[in-house]
Amino acid sequence: MKTIGFIVNPIAGMGGRVGLKGTDGMVEEAVFLGALPLSGQKAARALDAFKRLEKTADVGLSFLTPPGGMGELIVRSAGFHPYIVEANSSFKATTFKATTFKATTSKATAPSTAAIDTIASAKHMMNKGADLILFAGGDGTARDICNAVCDKIPVIGIPAGVKIHSPVFAQTPEKAGELASQYLEGKGLRCVEREVLDIDEEAYRKGQVKTQLYGYLKIPDEQGRLQSRKAGTPLSETASQNLIALSIIDEMQEDIIYLIGPGSTTRPILENLSLPFSLLGVDIICNKKILCKDARERDIIRFVQNKAFKIIITPIGGQGFLFGRGNHQISPQLIHKAGKENIIVAATLQKIGSLKGTPFLVDSGDLKTDRGLSGYIRVTTGYRQEMVYPIQ
Amino acid sequence: MERINRDSKVRKNFHQAKWDEPIIFQLSTPGERGIQVPLAEQEIQDIVGNGFDSLPLKMKRDIPPALPEISQHRVLRHYMRLSQQTLGADVNIEIGQGTCTVKYSPKINDQLAKLPGITALHPLQPEQSVQGMLEIFHRTDGFLREISGLDRFTFQPGGGSQGIFTMASIVHKYFESRNQKIQRNQKIQRNEIITTIYSHPSDSAAPAVKGYKIIHIGPDKDGYPDFEAFKTAVNERTAGFFVANPEDTGVYNPRIREFTQLVHDHGGLCGYDQANANGLLGVTRAKEAGFDMCFFNLHKTFSTPHGCGGPACGATGVTKALEKYMPGPFINKADDGFGFDDQNSPESIGKVRSFYGVAPVVLKAYAWIMSMGAQGLYEVAKIAVLNNNYMFKKLMELECVDAPYIKGRQRVEQVRYTIEKLTRDTGITSGDIQLRMMDFGMHYWTSHHPYHIAEPMTLEPTETPSKADIDEYIATLKHVFKEAYENPDIIKTAPHQSVCHKVDSSPSDDPDQWAITWRSYLKKTAVKVN
Repeated sequence: MKTIGFIVNPIAGMGGRVGLKGTDGMVEEAVFLGALPLSGQKAARALDAFKRLEKTADVGLSFLTPPGGMGELIVRSAGFHPYIVEANSSFKATTFKATTFKATTSKATAPSTAAIDTIASAKHMMNKGADLILFAGGDGTARDICNAVCDKIPVIGIPAGVKIHSPVFAQTPEKAGELASQYLEGKGLRCVEREVLDIDEEAYRKGQVKTQLYGYLKIPDEQGRLQSRKAGTPLSETASQNLIALSIIDEMQEDIIYLIGPGSTTRPILENLSLPFSLLGVDIICNKKILCKDARERDIIRFVQNKAFKIIITPIGGQGFLFGRGNHQISPQLIHKAGKENIIVAATLQKIGSLKGTPFLVDSGDLKTDRGLSGYIRVTTGYRQEMVYPIQ
Repeated sequence: MERINRDSKVRKNFHQAKWDEPIIFQLSTPGERGIQVPLAEQEIQDIVGNGFDSLPLKMKRDIPPALPEISQHRVLRHYMRLSQQTLGADVNIEIGQGTCTVKYSPKINDQLAKLPGITALHPLQPEQSVQGMLEIFHRTDGFLREISGLDRFTFQPGGGSQGIFTMASIVHKYFESRNQKIQRNQKIQRNEIITTIYSHPSDSAAPAVKGYKIIHIGPDKDGYPDFEAFKTAVNERTAGFFVANPEDTGVYNPRIREFTQLVHDHGGLCGYDQANANGLLGVTRAKEAGFDMCFFNLHKTFSTPHGCGGPACGATGVTKALEKYMPGPFINKADDGFGFDDQNSPESIGKVRSFYGVAPVVLKAYAWIMSMGAQGLYEVAKIAVLNNNYMFKKLMELECVDAPYIKGRQRVEQVRYTIEKLTRDTGITSGDIQLRMMDFGMHYWTSHHPYHIAEPMTLEPTETPSKADIDEYIATLKHVFKEAYENPDIIKTAPHQSVCHKVDSSPSDDPDQWAITWRSYLKKTAVKVN
């Protein structure tokens, strides 16, 4: 028996149709402007894969889902009988019922659900032994899921929000369901960690994009699902990250200080050295020993004063930001001091492929520093393997 | 009789032969015999002994090998059934194996290779007794020199990757010898090989085996290798540049001479991956593009069948200056006939494979080249390009198909398409389409991993399919695309008409599970065979 956690953020995506660039704190305005809740419809499309799974693979399935439009209605409509987990008490399931996934009314009643409902539901599901959580929403919802489960169980995002910057979402709702059912069927899919990103909606509405890295979620690796008669099994993301780490470690020089930026690509460097690490922070090492974990800018300045140092970073998946997203501790002054030749960029070829040829971006906060980095940079993509990639 | 309109014909009733044939070891019945080998006559025994005493003691087994015990007829059925369970080039319209150049290989050439005068040859025979075969090696070398513009070929590499490895070994030896003779004190090591992301992955893998660091260059907006990136990559550490042209996208880089010149300016060597030269025969040559080395897969362009992964030949050629580094022996023509030049150059990289190449493969390539003639080879290239661009035009008319780069321009012999729109619309991936196409008896290939083009589809018609063949393949593709929109379930659950359903390939990535021999399989699964 496999247990699926199924959460729908019923307000996700409502702001987009009426030009609000997101729905955070804007539900009432969105409803006033005529927005309809559509995330339930998208979530329902993901459930088709499970009907097929039950029929063809003979896998027993049980669903854990919050009440009403946060999941229950959709799961029941698909013909399954879910166990209901409690969301936060503020969630008004009954109010939402009429508006969620039929979405036929011309003017919807504002569904009332909040981050706390998503977080509470996800936590319940994890505690009740869900094998995987499938959630419908956008970047905001992904943040909430990340808050609740971190990387403890696999999740897959059904794209239903306005902002889909985090690479934790499948390409389509159908693909999300398919990926989940393949994983539950035990097809040996490996999991990879992917960034949870979100932008500051308030700033975005004013035309500024400020993306932040909020953490990592564990998702089944789609690449592993693909069969190819000629290419063999592709190297897993984790294996690729380890090869990158070993290559960087082998080329480390004595007495040089290394600032290791956040990310699941850079973390294996510290893991392979058996050193402690901070997933979202900057760690400082020298001679393969840790000098400072989760360093602030002032710590970094103290350690690198009058010393040669190199910066090891990885771009944000799907976006390509090298600086200015999740690694603000490495200030423009530090970047300038290190020099472009002492910046080691690490990324798997899968990650490079996710950028679809668009150059790396830099938003260090200092235009001169950003311009100084433009051109090309070598990226470590495997063991003694590099790629020359453009920076905008 | 009514003529079948093949531009709309879809073989919906296709079903692949399925025998559910077990592993041959599972068929073993103790005591059953395929053949009773008679004892040698006393007269022979008196001359050669019993055949065992001359073997070293350590080579003699204490117990017989655990080979399957089966009658001849059952063995015949076993292999006949397995042969029917393949979706080989003689069964399907072989258009979907892009980059592989699977063309129709005339059967008469197979018959030639099966002649007793060929099958009974042994590489240790005296030269005088194999003059015909040596001449064929020698003449085929001459053909490839003419086709490439380079000066000497070896047939030793047993495939494309080994051809690349040979080129990497030559590069290594070249710099080793220069360092010893000219730049003994040179501190900077020539330790980098540059290649492109759309060249074959073996252009990275084989030099990596030789110890080189691999530097990849991505495409620019038109799909050509990014020359600006290339300029920043080439430096005093550059040992070589290995590249395919056209790359897997089917885009030919017209500035290739600038690339090779830049590498030469920095002292490096250039190797041309011509594994697939089908669109280039008689059109462009390695020499004029500035390459020092190249290799051809005889089992692709030169019509020697792949034979399920072998035998093969990655014939590798070099310029005069690099000849001394080649693996020997060479076959030379003298007044008294053809003979081996057994004196390996002291600077040779040594052998990359035993003896001097797979003779039947070279024979088939020779026969094919002879039957085509110079004009015929050029015709091959023209028709391969024409077929590809006919198919390209037809497929680009479909809304769900696109091909990144050089919009509105033609491709060479193959195209890497994308069906990303179809995936967005339906959730059906290119990998799903691959499995569904098997239900109609057709191959279809996506791409090497990782995908640099989303939801890729790589097709290469070659010169051999007729227009009707191409139309039938397109009609089948259209049918499957239509299914994706109207009945995606049938694709998600495919294949339905094939030998086996979806294969779980995950054990092949797990050392605790993978097994490449029966004995290893038994150990890892503890399966008991009755």
